[in-house]
Amino acid sequence: MRRIVLWFMTTVTALVLLFGYSTSTSGPGAVGGSTVIASGDPVTGGTASASGTTVTGSVVQTRWGPVQVAVTVEGSVITDVSVLQYPTGNGKDQEINSYALPVLVSETLDAQNAGIDMVSGATVTSDGYVQSLQSALDQAGL
Amino acid sequence: MSGGGTAPVVTARYVEHGMGMPISLALRGRHASDEEGRAAWDAVMAELRAADRMFSTYRADSVISRLGRGEVALADCPAEVAEVLALGEAAERDTGGAFAVRRCRPDGSVVLDPSGVVKGWAAERAAGALHALEGTDFCLSAGGDLVCRTLDPEAPPWRIGIEHPHDPLRLIAVVPVATGAVATSGSAHRGGHVVDARTGRVPEGIASVTVVAASLTVADIDATAAYALGRDAVRWLGTRPGRTGLVVWADGSAEPVRGGGTPVPAGG
Repeated sequence: MRRIVLWFMTTVTALVLLFGYSTSTSGPGAVGGSTVIASGDPVTGGTASASGTTVTGSVVQTRWGPVQVAVTVEGSVITDVSVLQYPTGNGKDQEINSYALPVLVSETLDAQNAGIDMVSGATVTSDGYVQSLQSALDQAGL
Repeated sequence: MSGGGTAPVVTARYVEHGMGMPISLALRGRHASDEEGRAAWDAVMAELRAADRMFSTYRADSVISRLGRGEVALADCPAEVAEVLALGEAAERDTGGAFAVRRCRPDGSVVLDPSGVVKGWAAERAAGALHALEGTDFCLSAGGDLVCRTLDPEAPPWRIGIEHPHDPLRLIAVVPVATGAVATSGSAHRGGHVVDARTGRVPEGIASVTVVAASLTVADIDATAAYALGRDAVRWLGTRPGRTGLVVWADGSAEPVRGGGTPVPAGG
């Protein structure tokens, strides 16, 4: 068992080193990449201090790159979340912007007359759905 | 290549409720209304429900609630938890603290609420099942935040209406999106009122923010963050490359914004 844990830690450290290297060449997202190594056991995590217990998660691969966070718990509440490795940014951000600008419409235009496929809005909850344009669209299409 | 363009475009629609909001799907093309299309729709709903079980702050037994109470260690949480928390932290950094996944209660305690990140992130993940549908375009809306795809560059884009923040039965604007994501944040957003995390107050002067971006995760976070910034929304959104958007002020006036460029004067 102990062997497995050691093997796992070594693997994680290697991963961290690997990503620490790759992110250090790709911009500000690399901040903290190397400090991860010093944060200790990423699996059992847990360094107690005057300001609570900090637990470090393992490195997670995401679409945005490797991510690692640490959470500080004081008593039974989370008092801090810190990101040891940030996602290095969305590669898509660098794409040339090809999106159209929203075009304002006249007050009387409704979704069906406008030939709308879907509605984006902040009020589209299950409660408000019945009284929404999205509901009208869905019913028209069903 | 297929003989696309000869048959009339038929859009099939699917609706179900999940995560406390309506989930609407429009499909057009080869698998729009066949078994494969329906199976993908089922997979979308299953994915959204799984995300809800993990991240709902309304469920006392969700992983995020248990983490928030310190009952479970981060190391024991699914990898998705770290991903969502990191996205929230990045947004907090980008907005100077106006957007935050941890909020201070009046008594000084901290509550962990990544709702501002989860909705778009979960919908974008759920749309993965739709990407696998060959020859099929989709537009998936999770409670008004949506992600769409159009395979044929010659095909008409999806036409997205932006709801008027003062009247859900009216549109305030329209934006065509072939492939991309649209998210809107406002005072009626699920998860209670969006607040400026620096002050704990509801932002002033602003009614809603819509963001168009390549990723729904990004669009949703930026819409929530810009809304939390209140009167600073247009200026901030204007600095975000690769996005367009619409800021609607409390008085009902609206400003289209091109990220990474200069704000466009309202035209009517």
